[in-house]
Amino acid sequence: MGMDRKNIEYIAHLSRIELMVNEEEMFIRQLSDILSYVNKLNKINTENVKPLVYPLNMSNVFRDDELDESSSREEVLSNAPSTMGFFFKVPKVIE
Amino acid sequence: MEYEVVIGLETHAELSTITKLFCGCSTKFGSEPNTQICPVCLGMPGVLPVMNRKAFEYALKIAITLNCDINRFTNFDRKSYYYPDLPKNYQISQNYSNLGINGYMNIEVNNTIKKIHIHNVHLEEEAGKLIHPEEIGADYSLVDFNRAGVPLLEIVSCPDMRNIDEVESYMQTLRKILLYTGVSDCKMQEGSLRFEASISLRQKGSEKLGNRVEIKNLNSMKSVLRAVEYEIKRQSIVLDKGETVARETRLWDEVAERSERMRSKEEAQDYRYFPEPDLLPVFIDEKWLNIIRDTIPELPLARKQRFMETLKLSEYDACVLTEEKVLADFFEKCVNVLNRPKAFCNWIINDLLREVKDRKLDIHNLPIQPKQLISLVEIVEKGTISSTIAKEVFSEMVQTGKDPQTIIEEKKLAQISDESLIEAVIEKIITSNPEAIEDYKKGKKNALAFLIGQVMKEMKGKANPKIVNKLLKDKVGI
Amino acid sequence: MRLIKSTAIQIKDKIVSGEIQAKDVVRSLFEWIRETEPNVQAYITLNEEEALKKAAEIDKKIENNEQIGLLAGVPLAIKDNICTKNLYTTCASKILKDFIPLYDAFVIDRLKEEDAIIIGKTNLDEFAMGSSTENSSYKITCNPWNFDCVPGGSSGGSAAAVASDLAVMALGSDTGGSVRQPAALCGIVGVKPTYGRVSRYGLVAFGSSLDQIGTLTKDVKDAALLLKVISGNDLYDTTSAREPVPDYIDGIDSSISDLRIGIPREYFAEGLNCDVLKAVKDALKVYERLGAKIIDISLPHTEYAVAVYYIIANAEASSNLARYDGVRYGFRASNANGVISMYCRTRSEGFGNEVKRRIMLGNYALSAGYYDAYYLKASKVRNLIKSDFDTAFKKVDCIICPTSPIPAFKIGERANNPLEMYLSDIYTIPANLAGIPGISIPCGFSKEVLPIGMQILGQHFEEKKLLQIAYAFERETDFHLKKPVFKVSSAKI
Repeated sequence: MGMDRKNIEYIAHLSRIELMVNEEEMFIRQLSDILSYVNKLNKINTENVKPLVYPLNMSNVFRDDELDESSSREEVLSNAPSTMGFFFKVPKVIE
Repeated sequence: MEYEVVIGLETHAELSTITKLFCGCSTKFGSEPNTQICPVCLGMPGVLPVMNRKAFEYALKIAITLNCDINRFTNFDRKSYYYPDLPKNYQISQNYSNLGINGYMNIEVNNTIKKIHIHNVHLEEEAGKLIHPEEIGADYSLVDFNRAGVPLLEIVSCPDMRNIDEVESYMQTLRKILLYTGVSDCKMQEGSLRFEASISLRQKGSEKLGNRVEIKNLNSMKSVLRAVEYEIKRQSIVLDKGETVARETRLWDEVAERSERMRSKEEAQDYRYFPEPDLLPVFIDEKWLNIIRDTIPELPLARKQRFMETLKLSEYDACVLTEEKVLADFFEKCVNVLNRPKAFCNWIINDLLREVKDRKLDIHNLPIQPKQLISLVEIVEKGTISSTIAKEVFSEMVQTGKDPQTIIEEKKLAQISDESLIEAVIEKIITSNPEAIEDYKKGKKNALAFLIGQVMKEMKGKANPKIVNKLLKDKVGI
Repeated sequence: MRLIKSTAIQIKDKIVSGEIQAKDVVRSLFEWIRETEPNVQAYITLNEEEALKKAAEIDKKIENNEQIGLLAGVPLAIKDNICTKNLYTTCASKILKDFIPLYDAFVIDRLKEEDAIIIGKTNLDEFAMGSSTENSSYKITCNPWNFDCVPGGSSGGSAAAVASDLAVMALGSDTGGSVRQPAALCGIVGVKPTYGRVSRYGLVAFGSSLDQIGTLTKDVKDAALLLKVISGNDLYDTTSAREPVPDYIDGIDSSISDLRIGIPREYFAEGLNCDVLKAVKDALKVYERLGAKIIDISLPHTEYAVAVYYIIANAEASSNLARYDGVRYGFRASNANGVISMYCRTRSEGFGNEVKRRIMLGNYALSAGYYDAYYLKASKVRNLIKSDFDTAFKKVDCIICPTSPIPAFKIGERANNPLEMYLSDIYTIPANLAGIPGISIPCGFSKEVLPIGMQILGQHFEEKKLLQIAYAFERETDFHLKKPVFKVSSAKI
């Protein structure tokens, strides 16, 4: 399955990235190259192979339900690009 | 045309842990905005989640309670979507191996039990809160991340409900289960219990499901019922016209009492689920399952039935008692010591609940203990006080938390059973009411009741009515 | 000889013995930085004031005979994708310009506990995505051996800093070779520990199931020391291992006479530069002389590693980088109307092309309809690659191969061909996929006098053995002692 304009636009939107027309062309070309390289995986039969997600054989790590100190609101908000009062401020969100 | 309604519910319940799912921030409701946040729940660069064991066990508890198959090897997945209240722009949830699958929950509608299948039960994290300013023309929204990362249990039913009554019973039953098991406080006004409904209609007799519409923004059980009702009407009008119902998600408007389209199926989100590499999988062995199983109390429906069958309570009584776990627990503690189910039931349902209501008491923190009620019932049975006096004592117990014996002694409320004392009063009453004696002798039975009343009145209600009755009969009967 | 040409162990010993003071080390280091950094461009942020303050504290501790840490007074550089409290952490991205973390990464906590001195934050490919450090939004770092060449990447700043004595040691991160490859290209020692050996808490995530913080040092003993300090279980990283941390220096000079070294034939194939091949072959002769046995092995799924890697790493990256949205921290584009436009503009202006490419590739591999064909398929082949290693390690104690198929290449040479750039990580990627440890040590020079690195791979948690094997070679050779000679007139080493 190749990369075309419709695909790149869909993927760019999923990625919340805006592309200029010339960028679109470049990415279509580059991603197509990469995808056709990656398609070599189809040569391998993986019928009875389990996916490997966790490199180590570990499981069941938890923390107890105990309070930790929260951050200072002033410090946290000082990192934000836009705030109002005690809140983070964003452009109007329409539901 | 006649349609069959097919309804499924998605339930979100915030779990009542002290801290969030992946960090040690407090989950307390109603704190000042952005005071319960840290690098982890804000999704700062470089942070990693660490699972709260209690939240996981609560989720497991519900999965077991809802008769699910437990995935012995479960893991978490990332669900990606962009929203300003979602710090990482992905939610840690479960998709490929939900904690519990293929379960069911029995509900009761019109005295009939119906099994509603549960598609899955899984654990995920809560989002923050968006605040939309009320000022007209405001071009911004504000974000408070205090709720972000609170553990959230999602329970997805199969589309097994066929009418509003079943929907209502499902919600009530599930709510009671969540409360009974102690995993959630289920405060809908605080958003800790939320429902989303999916509704479709099909021709009666047809096997094929119709196009499904999902309804969001349901803030109370009432709005769920209203929204479902509205949607059934809306869809039947569409179908009656010979049109097809669009697969879409709609938003319920509580004030206008109608729903509006939010997004169509074509605009459906592409969530790009994949296994969360930052959280190790969880292996659940038999031993752990048994430990959790042991913490699950008898459920309201089963308990109600047991109360009816083995304790011979009426359905109404059993229903009221099992409504709240603390009440049923209170009741059972009493009955286990003294086998007077009806008496205790009456005290709890009539007197205790009235006091709770009148005095606005917290049912989880009652001022009286089961052993105090037990001793009150014993005292009445022994005849130390009459049932009328007992009510007075009970009220005093609730107010002061004192033992009934203490109240009776302090207020000198004990019944007088000393026959010579009672006889003296009877003599006096007989002397001053000759007409009544005459009437009685003529066969007017209620004259005796009048005389008893006079004796009791003279003795301020403290005379043992049985003895008064017997002595009076002896006197006037001769 | 300038103080700062010494290794960490030498510097620390001199400080402890009172021969020199920590502040002398820091001062002379910053003097050298002022002279040399303009040519090398290894740093994004320098931390001189804090470093001098810390040095004074350490000197005072020594004066008062107080307990001091294992890295007392050692100047360290930190790759700029590791969070440092109150010190800019940019990931070489415009989107984190001026971002100041609220907390220290686990490894930074450990370094501070051991009295190390943090000199500054080093340049990298944006979000560690690259093999040349050319993808930085701030600057291009040069290879100290030839300023026209790349230092490798993505930990190019850290590698160049150590190679040119702009830092005595450095931390990097390795997702597909980002510590080992620049170490090889700059002629120093780079260790990528076992996945889970070092906590990732505070390392800005790229590919979460592959990322591991690693060390860049002048020699093997320094690597052993630094690794010991940063390793260990961390309650804030559930994927961090609970395996006890051995003393990596103790017994580092053990004999390797019975060692079985596996040579994977797939790694000595087409595309391997002949100088690199010769250097590695010569190195194997040294091992044979020391009594090791060289055994031919096969890792049959090697040719798929790059494909698997670019799907998994980028799928994870696409979601790890979703949080850079202009809401809570970092850059926000100013010309947005509405929240979606704010996201799109912020990310389009904030990320460079390589990052965008990878985010889009990752999202594609996870999107509806493609998950099974890409992400799931790659995860299965990943398992086969890991099995290859499991099988091999039944026959051999370690695997030796080149770190990079080529020595340092010219700046700009590969910048326009992402796929070709990806293929230069072919020898380092498999270790990340399998989660096994790897170390790159200097083993020769090309005709152009560019360093060549050799990679030693071992089983999970066998860092100690790898360090012994590396040390055995280092003791027999002097490649690690060679220093680049700067053509710049003002440079006086």
